[in-house]
Amino acid sequence: MTEPRYVRVLLRIATIGVLVFLFLPIVVLAIQAFNSSKLLTWPPPDFTLHWFSDAAGNPQIVQAFQNSIVAATVATILALILGTLAALAVQRYDFFGKQTISFIFVLPLALPGVITGIALRTSYVTFGIDLGMLTIIVGHATFCVVVIYNNVIARLRRVPRTAEEASADLGADSFTTFRRVTLPAVRTALLAGALLAFGLSFDEIIVTIFTAGPGTQTIPLWIYSAIQRPNELPVVNVVAVVVILLSVIPVYLAQRLSGDVAASAAL
Amino acid sequence: MALPTAPITAPESLVPRRTSPRRKFGSWVHRRPRARLVGLLAAPITWMVIIYLGALFILLLNAFWAKDPFTGKVEPFSWTLDAFKTIASNPVYTTIALRTMGMAILVTVTDALLALPIAYYMARVASPAKRRLLVVAILIPLWAAYLVKVYSWRIILQGHGLVDWAVAPFGMHGPGLSDIMNTWIVLSYLWLPYMILPLFAGFERVPSSLIEASADLGGRSMTTFRRVMLPLVFPALVAGSIFTFSLTLGDYITPDLVSDTKFIGNVIYDNAANVNLPVAAAYSLIPIAIMVVYLLVARRLGAFENL
Amino acid sequence: MTVSQTSSSAAPDIRIERVSKRFHEVTAVDDLSLDIEHNEFFSMLGPSGCGKTTTLRMIAGFEEVTEGTIKLGDQDVTNTPPFKRDVNTVFQNYALFPHLNVYENVAFGLRRKKVADAEIKRKVGEFLALVELPGYERRKTSQLSGGQQQRVALARALINHPRVLLLDEPLGALDLKLRKQMQLELKRIQTEVGITFVYVTHDQEEAMTMSDRIAVMRAGRIEQLGSAEDLYERPATAFVAGFLGVSNLLEGRVTGAANGMLEIALDDGRSIRAAAANGYSAGDAVSAGVRPEKLKIAKLDDGDAATSADGATNVIEGRVTDASYVGVSTQYVVKLDDGSDVTVYAQNLDTSGVSEQYPVDQKVQLSWSPKHTFVIGGRVDRAALEEEVTEDA
Repeated sequence: MTEPRYVRVLLRIATIGVLVFLFLPIVVLAIQAFNSSKLLTWPPPDFTLHWFSDAAGNPQIVQAFQNSIVAATVATILALILGTLAALAVQRYDFFGKQTISFIFVLPLALPGVITGIALRTSYVTFGIDLGMLTIIVGHATFCVVVIYNNVIARLRRVPRTAEEASADLGADSFTTFRRVTLPAVRTALLAGALLAFGLSFDEIIVTIFTAGPGTQTIPLWIYSAIQRPNELPVVNVVAVVVILLSVIPVYLAQRLSGDVAASAAL
Repeated sequence: MALPTAPITAPESLVPRRTSPRRKFGSWVHRRPRARLVGLLAAPITWMVIIYLGALFILLLNAFWAKDPFTGKVEPFSWTLDAFKTIASNPVYTTIALRTMGMAILVTVTDALLALPIAYYMARVASPAKRRLLVVAILIPLWAAYLVKVYSWRIILQGHGLVDWAVAPFGMHGPGLSDIMNTWIVLSYLWLPYMILPLFAGFERVPSSLIEASADLGGRSMTTFRRVMLPLVFPALVAGSIFTFSLTLGDYITPDLVSDTKFIGNVIYDNAANVNLPVAAAYSLIPIAIMVVYLLVARRLGAFENL
Repeated sequence: MTVSQTSSSAAPDIRIERVSKRFHEVTAVDDLSLDIEHNEFFSMLGPSGCGKTTTLRMIAGFEEVTEGTIKLGDQDVTNTPPFKRDVNTVFQNYALFPHLNVYENVAFGLRRKKVADAEIKRKVGEFLALVELPGYERRKTSQLSGGQQQRVALARALINHPRVLLLDEPLGALDLKLRKQMQLELKRIQTEVGITFVYVTHDQEEAMTMSDRIAVMRAGRIEQLGSAEDLYERPATAFVAGFLGVSNLLEGRVTGAANGMLEIALDDGRSIRAAAANGYSAGDAVSAGVRPEKLKIAKLDDGDAATSADGATNVIEGRVTDASYVGVSTQYVVKLDDGSDVTVYAQNLDTSGVSEQYPVDQKVQLSWSPKHTFVIGGRVDRAALEEEVTEDA
């Protein structure tokens, strides 16, 4: 360490400052979930568990939860298949147009979500496709593919090709090599990628607004509409806290599973 | 080397096993790397090209199609530049585009300034155990649901919220939910982890020997940081800025929830609900064009290796 | 699969016929033909980029052959995928499967052949004992040292009892002492299991220690093929002479032949003789080579000229420009009158004051036997050769 002492002290102060900034809204929200005041005034006059039972008894919320879980599950499975295949092709083969393909696979994250949303919606409208769960899932799968693709490709880079050659050398055909050598090597990356994709899909709103029909609600869509109704705010707080837990836990697990998630989790 | 207990011979069990159909197919596939490649790429490429690029193409087409004045529906293949004329004739569209870009730059610079010290601390000062903890501490707010974070800022900023309470002793009021500065704070908050993580990885990659070499050659700490560290992590900074810039450019929920100000995303969103789809499509070409230029520049600066 | 006993027929274990390999416009292997006999320890030696690893990978089936055929025994395997070839490979970086323990790594090939569990257990134990890792079955590969991983890789390949074992610079990552020890063990294992070994290396000493025959490769072709002794004592080209050890090349012209001896007039006018060199006739430009340890060094007074005591020994003279004591010998650099340098290794038989025996600037005479002289046709671009030979060492 070459930094002078005062620099390190300043760095530590800046770090603590940024951490406080990052966690402030999360902590405030957690406290507000127990705020007895319907107006969510600060500081809370009193605390209550009342809003939790209100949320659990709301059929709209329960339905939105179900929709979110179905959409995230199906989108993740689709993304697992498509992302893994693409990563294997790009990482293990040389072919014309490889650069273009790897570019296409980061585009859905590099372009603003509103573009993906409006593009998909325009296409649905143009072709007269009814908006609903299916159109939501297609949109989610498209950006979830990128997460899986990035995770698998990062892992494949660290698995030397000679392991696969050694397997073929020892008598394993292409399928056996995939099942016995390649798949076990990327297993944790797949699981981590799947958790991240699930979390991403579960929280998504920017694309979802464009691809959801009026009759279909996911949890973020329900929150967005409920925010406009002051009466519902205490219940929104409760749902928000649950959603944070549900989205942070998979990411924590993914992080434990594979060290290289840190960078790709940003995507 | 120890002698084996029994002489080493090929036992009968090692006769070749019969060639199964799968194995035959296996060697057929093995001799044809092209076939394997096509097998791997067919499904993902079909999905990404037909659904994703196809959708972008349809979006482009819609920008040149006319809207039926009575039903509000777009008429396919009715070529017109009406949507572009609408955008060009109303200065509001230009103002909003410039405002959005200005905000994207402001948020990117803010996040870079906030992220540099903490990323440096994580990568080069903190102990390995602390580093792991800090990475998780950045990941939690990153992955906590987007909408929930915006909502939380809404209840912090609104009247009688945390900010009001904090500044009340000084006889001041909070900003309420109309100030454009709210957008700056919340967007900077939302995208900050996207800047910290690539920068952290960038700082971590700089070999310590380089820093020692600079110190050895008489570079003081500040000089070393400016002359050696910053140039080396610059591509990572650009990589992070792709996110902060692109995400700001496209966001419409945050401006809607914490301010009264319209951004590019709001115009697209408001027009998309069949009010005027061609205008939404035409207007969305602006952020696409900006991002394509940004990505090309970023690639030249070596940012793609840091994504 | 042919079991080893029956393969003593006429067909060699490996027959490479006119094989070429091109990567886009780069030719890695150029019209190579080669037979490797049963039970042979065969090495391919050369600097990086000479095509030795590519040849090995084509035998294994990892690289497709651009032209030509490869046969294992009687069977043409040119288009056979690696998993159907009766060869196994020990990789440079070992390529152990990180998710499997030592037992499962070694058992991998037998499992693909659906060998019964009890038999696998017995054989894995046997082969781990062979490579001196008994009881290591449950270890993770990441817990092993480089040398141990190397042994596991060896057991994993040998347990399948292939017709041929291919080894791609398997000792490259080990330190010098371990490498020397493993060289002897590899040779011993090869004798014990009775399998043909094809060994790729850029280390000439390693190749010479273990091999029955060595192919020295350069630019995708075999420069010379023979036993270690053939290559060292009678190199056919300047490249081989320079790649295997140090050699002194003296340029001259053939003046005649007598009693099986070639008469060569060196450029400085002195005449020397070389034994058993065929195919040259008077007037040919040649280089006469001699290894540094074959030279005898003796003091000359300033006025004296070098003389051959019996008339049969070759002699030249020069001045010492450098002397370095390296333990077993003292290495001298002697500059001849025509300006060329000759290296001499003088064994340190006399224990007193060896380094002062022939101080710098001392005039000396160098002598050697005609039977230690080898002849290479043509003149040599020394600078280019030096660069090519040493780039990899």
